[in-house]
Amino acid sequence: MNGMAIDDVLPELSVGPVSRLDLALYCGASGDHNPIHVDIDFARAAGMEDVFAHGMLSMAYLGRVLTNWVPQSWIETYSVRFSSITPVGARLRCVGRVSAIEQLGESCRVTLALSVRDQGEALKIKGEATVRVPADGITNRGNNNGKA
Amino acid sequence: MIDTSYIGTSLPSFEVMVERGRLALFAKAIGQDDPLYSDLATARGAGHPDLPVPPTFLFCLEMDAPDPAALRKLLSIDIARVLHGEQHFRYHRQAHAGDRLRFEPVIADIHAKKGGALEFVVRDTRVTNQHGQAVADLRCVTVVRNPQGGDS
Repeated sequence: MNGMAIDDVLPELSVGPVSRLDLALYCGASGDHNPIHVDIDFARAAGMEDVFAHGMLSMAYLGRVLTNWVPQSWIETYSVRFSSITPVGARLRCVGRVSAIEQLGESCRVTLALSVRDQGEALKIKGEATVRVPADGITNRGNNNGKA
Repeated sequence: MIDTSYIGTSLPSFEVMVERGRLALFAKAIGQDDPLYSDLATARGAGHPDLPVPPTFLFCLEMDAPDPAALRKLLSIDIARVLHGEQHFRYHRQAHAGDRLRFEPVIADIHAKKGGALEFVVRDTRVTNQHGQAVADLRCVTVVRNPQGGDS
């Protein structure tokens, strides 16, 4: 089945500790200028103790787990639910696991259960993605993805 | 409470150019070490016409709307009370630097939970390219916290 099986684990990605510079860079690069992520005065006025990371930054980290694993063009859907905020200093583990495989003729659709947790195992993001794997399978991804 | 009569309302559509330098900066900001996303020669060597738009960047381009606060203004939502609840992408076609993408957002749903303490605004956005081809469908669920709950 294209060399994949249920419960196969994707190579995980560890990032962090998330710094204030990371949040500033993401603010500028993403175009998300909500001050609650970069301006501590605004965050405190809004009742927060400190600034906190953009949820979409963690979704982008988690997306790297997908594109490290398969060429991006194989990804059909990618969805997340944000569970809790990620404070400055958090260390994040981005993981994925094959939860379903549906055969579609020569190709197959693989469903992935995804999550981001911090160093205390607190859930930050729960996600799911579906990936359409062509008949010649994952063994050829290096040729498509420009990486080994 | 947010006026649910806005369900089904279209927000202004807009077009955004995908810029190569912006993609390279985004790659840096998310720690992306795969040169496919920042180095033109690598991208072309892998068969791409230009740097590919990474999976979540379409959401960022949507924030490049002429008025990124259009939804909050229309619904009178205070940015300090807003959290991002969910984000969904369905991809149809890879976008690249140099593409001109069109975004067409619609308010798909508005509903409350916990007696109004939390309200949810669902925005669906269709993204097409300069050739009119479908690129992706985005769904963004915004959570609005109402400290007093109920009728605040």
